[in-house]
Amino acid sequence: MTGLFINIFLMCLLVAIAVMVVRTGRLFAVIVMSGAYSLISAAFFVNLDAVDVAFTEAAVGAGVSSVLFLAAMAYLPAEEKPSTDNNLPALLICGIAGLLLVTAASHLPAFGDPDAPVHTHVAPRYLAESGDALHIPNVVTTVLASYRGFDTLGETIVVFTAGLGVLLLLTGMTRTRKHKSRKRDEG
Amino acid sequence: MQNNPVFRLAAKILFAPIMMFGLYVQFHGDYGPGGGFQAGVIIAAAFILHGLVFGLDAGRRLVSTKVNVVMMSLGVLLYGSVGVVSILNGGYFLDYTALTGDVAGGQHIGILLVELGVGLTVTSVMLALFHAFAGFVEDKS
Repeated sequence: MTGLFINIFLMCLLVAIAVMVVRTGRLFAVIVMSGAYSLISAAFFVNLDAVDVAFTEAAVGAGVSSVLFLAAMAYLPAEEKPSTDNNLPALLICGIAGLLLVTAASHLPAFGDPDAPVHTHVAPRYLAESGDALHIPNVVTTVLASYRGFDTLGETIVVFTAGLGVLLLLTGMTRTRKHKSRKRDEG
Repeated sequence: MQNNPVFRLAAKILFAPIMMFGLYVQFHGDYGPGGGFQAGVIIAAAFILHGLVFGLDAGRRLVSTKVNVVMMSLGVLLYGSVGVVSILNGGYFLDYTALTGDVAGGQHIGILLVELGVGLTVTSVMLALFHAFAGFVEDKS
């Protein structure tokens, strides 16, 4: 019962922070508040017994991405430009999308329902056999690295590609071109 | 921030424990929460703290872009090679049991190596992102 109340409290905090992020125009405040949002999400995940997800959320969401946003903010004006456009079409689209999402969410299985598809497919097999069959105590690790090793390989390649893309776009990783032009100058 | 003694001292004191915690999360992923992704971010956070306090140039002297690119490639390569080695040993791609022949040892080694690959890539990509964003204007001008 206390768990439920804590969940509701954390959810209310999340909504409050989201509203504050939308309403404020100062980018620094937005970054700090999105860090707080991640931290509260992490607490929420801990309360749902998803410690691994909470760990990732706290490290990536509250930690590194705040720093990256702050580093990027140094090149932006401190205040958001006040919008003067007519926002009626945007409001309409947001309203329709939100309505669709709420309708779809009402068809989801109830919170904690043991008969939900996610709990009846492969999860019971993973939970039952991974300890004895693979000899690794943490099921999250076996699912991540062993049962779904291909997925994790794909994720690692995604991270790698994203890093390469940013390096190519933002830093001086254009040595080949400089080298060629220097050669042309010499020749 | 470079000349503030409080920040400098705090960064010096915190660097080693953060690294230690990152390595713990990296190699303890089999037994508790954690793994390559989280550990990579934590280890990168230690280097980012160093870069924030001592300046971007000091951070780049510590880990240059070249090292970052090599490390992020090495991580993916390590992950892929584990799969290839398990094929060479007669198993399927990423079938860790084929690495040593027995389930307990093979899975343990396989997951450890794969997580190490993930950790290497995530650490260096995070660090590269920080250096790229923080040094954007300096590099252009």
